[in-house]
Amino acid sequence: MSTRFVSFGTPNLIADRLPETHPLTWRLRGDGEPIWLDEYRSKQGYEGLKKALESTPDDVAALVKEAGLKGRGGAGFPAGVKWSLTAKGDEIPRGYLLCNADEMEPNTYKDRLLMEQEPHLLIEGMIIAAYANNSMRGYIFLRGEYVDAARSLNRAIAEAREAGILGDSVLGSGFDFELSVHTGAGRYICGEETALINSLEGRRANPRSKPPFPGQSGAWGKPTVVNNVETLCNAPSIMANGKEWYLDLALDGSQDGGTKLFGFTGRVNNPGLWELPLGTPAREIFEDYAGGMRDGYTLKAWQPGGAGTGFLLPEHLDAQMCSNGIAEVGTRMGTGLALAVDDKISMVALLRNMEEFFARESCGWCTPCRDGLPWTVKILRALEQGEGEQGDIEMLIDLVHKLGPGKTFCAHAPGAVEPLGSAIKYFREEFEHGISHPHREPQAEPIPLGQV
Amino acid sequence: MDTSFKHDTLIASDRPDDGFVLSDEERTAIEHEMHHYENPRAASIEALKIVQKRRGWVPDGAIYAISDVLGIPSSDVEGVATFYSLIFRQPVGRHVILLCDSMTCYINGYEEIRDTLKRELGIVPGQTTADGRFTLLPVCCLGNCDKGPTMMVDEDTHSHLDAAGVIKLLEAYA
Repeated sequence: MSTRFVSFGTPNLIADRLPETHPLTWRLRGDGEPIWLDEYRSKQGYEGLKKALESTPDDVAALVKEAGLKGRGGAGFPAGVKWSLTAKGDEIPRGYLLCNADEMEPNTYKDRLLMEQEPHLLIEGMIIAAYANNSMRGYIFLRGEYVDAARSLNRAIAEAREAGILGDSVLGSGFDFELSVHTGAGRYICGEETALINSLEGRRANPRSKPPFPGQSGAWGKPTVVNNVETLCNAPSIMANGKEWYLDLALDGSQDGGTKLFGFTGRVNNPGLWELPLGTPAREIFEDYAGGMRDGYTLKAWQPGGAGTGFLLPEHLDAQMCSNGIAEVGTRMGTGLALAVDDKISMVALLRNMEEFFARESCGWCTPCRDGLPWTVKILRALEQGEGEQGDIEMLIDLVHKLGPGKTFCAHAPGAVEPLGSAIKYFREEFEHGISHPHREPQAEPIPLGQV
Repeated sequence: MDTSFKHDTLIASDRPDDGFVLSDEERTAIEHEMHHYENPRAASIEALKIVQKRRGWVPDGAIYAISDVLGIPSSDVEGVATFYSLIFRQPVGRHVILLCDSMTCYINGYEEIRDTLKRELGIVPGQTTADGRFTLLPVCCLGNCDKGPTMMVDEDTHSHLDAAGVIKLLEAYA
């Protein structure tokens, strides 16, 4: 039955977590309570920051780049490269470091754990990133629903400020940095980098056209860096232990360094979240950690990392979970939290649910997304009820192309059609079934678009 | 910042005469928020949340009052208020149910929870019960996918929902 959760991830903690092998989760307590400053310091906390402050900002960015840290929010852009592109110099005003904590990608529940239980790890990572990017101020852009994360972060920020870790001259280094939590008010699109900046500025969260990139002109026209929570939480251990250690954490075959919070959900035996090396085969996560499918269900398809990634087949489970490993089987790793789709689920109904979400969450700024996504919903609802017409599948495929990369301001529409295109590719007969059986019973009661 | 010129004074006669006045606490809280950012406009979302926290929703008059405090056009405040899903521009119930309808909860059977709520509360998503107790809204993935189906009631997250239990747990919300 339902229970009021206190915090996250505790049932799935891997038993033997060491600082050398589990830099993100080794500090986590068994009881799920947040780790406050004293405990964090007693567990090597802020050691990475001290090392960073002893080197130059450019060296910090270079180290993160050479360590192969890629963005953990879904796009996988190399963090150190992003940092090295930020406008810095005597003539350039100090800008902003924004933490993207707007975790709303369907099937993503990793940043929540880090923020609720290890707030100081994020704060330390943010100060390191701010130092590398010469940022004067940071905001954690947190979705409004994460009330427990807000409490953890606000208390930890107060502790850090009191201890001289935030504010004027961080740890006596002469580097000033202020940090606060900015809570949002809903809307998935706020997680898009430039929409997030507009939202922070108090505007509608429409994406901005690029260039200029935020690194040149972001929040209030100043150089701005936007990084995901998990990305920033990797910075302290890279500083403390070095790039070779970080690169070696990943398994052979992975071009990304380090570990990652991986997950598997759906009707599996043990849905959860585990810190594992980049390059871990998806099969190992699915079978050994998630325990495979529950009795009575068989795996039909899976998605490697969030609603915006493509569907894969059981035969693809041997792919390594890393950006190059998943690219080899035709999609993106995304957030790395996978979803199992079982044989009792209709792909048409599932895609209808997903496209309803994407259509609802479109900001409406550009036409392909605003008009195209409701169109996919309309066709999918018809197919689901067995009322599809000849040409519907071709129309969906046409929309997959017209809403694809490069046709819109941001990645929302391309992310929406990636699962659709792959679902039609692998399960076309299910879509065709919606046309050939015009009087089949509806599988679910649809909600008219205007009502939700 | 120069706030001597206010866009809205030009159209003051068009404003609703609903007697809306910001309380001193609300005004102080909004003015405090303005200083957290480079530009007062950035406090617009937080200002709407401050009003909503006290009143449950954002009445028309609050849009103009906030625009006066922040020194930005009321149309901009309204644009923001109507964009964000957690800002309510009409009255809501004493408790707001945010039911996750994302794909993982779909696989875990959220539709049965939704149908149970619709039937037992006599409302569809987007509506408020006649007694003003509950408003039912869909919400983006709540980041609780390994414990779904899931929903929030006010600030509480509930996991592993089932149709029988969901009505019982609502009893705790008077």
